[in-house]
Amino acid sequence: MFWSVLRSEYTKMTSLRSTRWTLVALVVATVGFGALFAWGASQSYAGSSASDKLHFDPVAISLSGIAFGQLAIAVLAVLTISSEYVNGAIRATFTAVPRRGIVLAAKGTLVTIAGFVFGLISSFAAFYVAKPIFAHYGFHPSIGDPGVLRAIIGGGLYVAASGLFGFGLGALLRRTAPAITLAVALLLVAPGLTNLLPGAWGQAVFRYFTSNAGQQIAFTVQQSNSLGPWSGFGVYCVWWIVFVAAAYVLVQRRDA
Amino acid sequence: MIEARGLTKHYGKTLAVDDLSFTVEPGTVTGFLGPNGAGKSTTMRMILGLDRPNSGAALVNGRPFVDSPHPMREVGALLEARSAHPGLKARDHLRQLAQSNRLPARRVDEVLALTGMTDAANRRIKGLSLGMTQRLGLAAAMLGDPSVLLFDEPVNGLDPEGIHWIRTFMKSLAAEGRTVLVSSHLMSEMSLTAEHLVVIGRGRLIADTSTRDFIRGSSNNSVRVRSPQQEALAQAFGKAGHVTREVDGFLEVVGMTTDEVGELAWKAKVPVHELFEERASLEEAFMELTRESVEFHAGSVTPGGVA
Repeated sequence: MFWSVLRSEYTKMTSLRSTRWTLVALVVATVGFGALFAWGASQSYAGSSASDKLHFDPVAISLSGIAFGQLAIAVLAVLTISSEYVNGAIRATFTAVPRRGIVLAAKGTLVTIAGFVFGLISSFAAFYVAKPIFAHYGFHPSIGDPGVLRAIIGGGLYVAASGLFGFGLGALLRRTAPAITLAVALLLVAPGLTNLLPGAWGQAVFRYFTSNAGQQIAFTVQQSNSLGPWSGFGVYCVWWIVFVAAAYVLVQRRDA
Repeated sequence: MIEARGLTKHYGKTLAVDDLSFTVEPGTVTGFLGPNGAGKSTTMRMILGLDRPNSGAALVNGRPFVDSPHPMREVGALLEARSAHPGLKARDHLRQLAQSNRLPARRVDEVLALTGMTDAANRRIKGLSLGMTQRLGLAAAMLGDPSVLLFDEPVNGLDPEGIHWIRTFMKSLAAEGRTVLVSSHLMSEMSLTAEHLVVIGRGRLIADTSTRDFIRGSSNNSVRVRSPQQEALAQAFGKAGHVTREVDGFLEVVGMTTDEVGELAWKAKVPVHELFEERASLEEAFMELTRESVEFHAGSVTPGGVA
């Protein structure tokens, strides 16, 4: 049953125009912003503090466009489920496949695969587009350097996880606009704001908050007040697992 | 076969369906009749497992539909007009549904042809007219060649040609031995399509009977007659002890058959130009039975609140 539903969901996903443009946006935003930040960071390097110079991470800067790329995959993931609730297609889907858990598993699998594949393409492209820009200013990040390959592949993993993050929100809220708004708030806006929280607990909230934790996997130099690459990514996975698990229970319990 | 056993559904404090039990047999079109808001759609959604009943159960071919190993081969449903992704092409919508149930790809072309949608197959659903959307819904319902079919208000928004087509279609499905349940709030529509009726009001069962018996049971059957000597005919009715009233140039009489009226006119030596049983009485049979159960009575709201 799972494989036939997966095929059906694949047909649905590939037949919709929104899939195409969100995936194009993922690649363009990740590569484009990465190149822009590479240029900007290289320019301001000379005037930066000694501590900033110590934490200067050309690889992470190349991949920093993921902060915007993740929103594209989150939008795609939200749409795969919320749009069906909004336009009524969910009734046709759940009448054809009344075991809703299978539908969710199939949709989640496709979001993960699309996120990982296009996230990986974006990461590699971002690294190689930023490389000559850095080289121009005398920095020479190499794929063979310690942690670089992990950071690039980690970029793909991070994008896949962001897809599942959005998918969980979309399935929980069943409305497109609120789910996308919440995804942007939780992944892009709030992570920076948590830096303003006072004291040790504020620092802890900052460290463990969604993308602050997850994006460590794309760094090759550990930043101050942050988790390690894999522990950070692990914390990020706890976030989406909570959303997806709650959605899995509620979607089956609620009226469609 | 569909069985509803004590189906009950609350939405908050509103009781949408109240201890509803009935059986829908194969081989005939069963009309599911009730005023708007009576709980027809909710009941159909519970049969399909889209809504969970608070108590009771709905069985399709002896088991809950959600446990069906081949859902689309068992049940086809035409629900509200909007139950497809507007961005998909008609063919892709059918293709993905077929794939989900491992139905052969050729079924897509077969149901497109069956519903006259072949030429519109490559158009996106958002560009289809309401009539075409209904046809596409029917095509989707027929994909698995199911033994049970549910149609929720299928004639809504269709032009006369489309209505005629869908009526014929539903009758032919029943004639093939399938179970067909079709909901409507229009008695006149049901009288042309359904042989059996399940009538509900305010979520409760009002009648579960053949359409013929349902109409015959009405006290409001009337006969209309038109004559060039209308006054002489009215007097003849009066002498025989029947009350008549003038409606649209006809004399209308309640409680007589067309045979009796024809004979009365013949005895009174009054020519008759037109004589028929009034179809509106079917509507009245329905109104009569559901009068207590319509949600709000027009004119029953007083300044002090609901009377």
